[in-house]
Amino acid sequence: MITTLSRIIHFGLKSFWRNGLLSTATVLVMLLALFVSLGLVIFTEVRDNAIVSLQDKIDIVVYFKTNTAEDQILSIKESLESLPEVQEIAYVSKEKALEDFKVKHAGEQSVIGAVDTVGNNPFEASLNIRAFSPDQYAAIDESLNNSVFDQYISKKSFDENQVAIDRLVAIIDYVNRGGLALTIIMAVIAGLIVFNTIRLAIYSSRDEISIMRAVGASNALVRGPFIVDGILVGVIAAVLSILFVMPVVSFLSPHLAKFIPGSNLSSYYYSNVFTLLLWQMLFGAGIGVFSGYMAIRRYLKN
Amino acid sequence: MIAFQNVSKIYGDHSAALEDIGFQVGPGEFVSLVGRSGAGKSTIIRLLIGEEKPSKGRVFFGQYEVNKLRDKELPAFRRHIGVVFQDFRLLPTKNAYENVAFALEVAGRSQREIGELVPQVLDMVGLSDKMNNFPSELSGGEKQRVAIARAMVHRPEVIIADEPTGNLDPLHTTEIINLLIKINELGTTLILATHNKDIVNALGKRVITLDKGRLIRDEERGKYILV
Repeated sequence: MITTLSRIIHFGLKSFWRNGLLSTATVLVMLLALFVSLGLVIFTEVRDNAIVSLQDKIDIVVYFKTNTAEDQILSIKESLESLPEVQEIAYVSKEKALEDFKVKHAGEQSVIGAVDTVGNNPFEASLNIRAFSPDQYAAIDESLNNSVFDQYISKKSFDENQVAIDRLVAIIDYVNRGGLALTIIMAVIAGLIVFNTIRLAIYSSRDEISIMRAVGASNALVRGPFIVDGILVGVIAAVLSILFVMPVVSFLSPHLAKFIPGSNLSSYYYSNVFTLLLWQMLFGAGIGVFSGYMAIRRYLKN
Repeated sequence: MIAFQNVSKIYGDHSAALEDIGFQVGPGEFVSLVGRSGAGKSTIIRLLIGEEKPSKGRVFFGQYEVNKLRDKELPAFRRHIGVVFQDFRLLPTKNAYENVAFALEVAGRSQREIGELVPQVLDMVGLSDKMNNFPSELSGGEKQRVAIARAMVHRPEVIIADEPTGNLDPLHTTEIINLLIKINELGTTLILATHNKDIVNALGKRVITLDKGRLIRDEERGKYILV
């Protein structure tokens, strides 16, 4: 069994090497397909980062009239926390709001002085409400409007980022679908090229195959090397795709971080490089094996 | 050991390559299959090694009913038979040793066995000094001897030689026939398909004569007679 397997691999390697130019061209086409596939995986990661980054920016801030007692606000907080859409609520007292303002404007004496001249604390206490997902803010806003708390509320800021996020998600989904379609098209092209390569390999090995049949070689030994060819094309293209994309990711990562704060594409790529390589190998070898199998069924009769 | 029972082979448009053929070959026999081109010699060989199936009748080889063998059973079956072709069918990129070893490699034999058997069999066919030569560096007779070594290296019960001297001059023809006789004397059944009258007549062994797909003569010590 092990002897047969090692000979299948040996004959496969030899066939791949013997059809060197054709094998190289096939690997290059497969490489294009795997670039698109890898691009799609990376793009999905960028998309998720972008969405998380933007979602972090959304919340509803409810400001309370200055005459509302702290106990009242905390009781409203407690009541809101029972809503299923609410993930967390942060309470900012009047005093904390003033303190934050002073910290933020430390060194700007004229601004601090202006606040001091008012005499009493002009800041309103507030509740910063965060939902589990962006589409739940509308429901929370609705609950606030229709509640008895309305009388204590001075104003609400429902961050308009939601509209931008919806638009971005729509664009990303559109690009994603385009990427998926392109991946499928490239995979089909690569599959056809592998099919043709293996057809030619079968043709150029016809003498060897007829001798193998005559001396009683098993079907596995006759057909196996061509499947090995298909796997080799996929695996080599997968390794090359990971290597070639490395410098591109390193170059793009800092630029991307400017647009999507908190994103680190380089770190994602390098920490997941083996998972990505495995995915690429499975995808590439899968195309290779399927096409090889189809070519064998069609052109390598018993 | 080998039996053809009422075997016919008809191709597509009712052209019969074989019609109602019946004969038996016992262990250790040397049988010449003779006839003009198109008489059906090669069809009998193809049916015997399971490359084709008969349209009618049954083909037996030992315990195998060849016409009923499934594709996956053929490789193991074919290891009981060694085949020698007119055009040698050697791999040009392999030397004599590697060509012979190839038959054992594809049969799944270990490197140790290959290392022992190949030099022995090349020695037997008189090529121990040329085992590193490539086919392009060998004469026609030497190429055919490599092909015979390859056919017999896994010790088959039967060797089928399909016009093995068709591409050889008289000197090399004699060499090859003598080698086949030697192999037969060591106990291997031999089936020789040929239309070389001189060889058949000189052998003085069993001759099965075919004409237009029919078996017209089967003689123990036969001659090549075609009207």
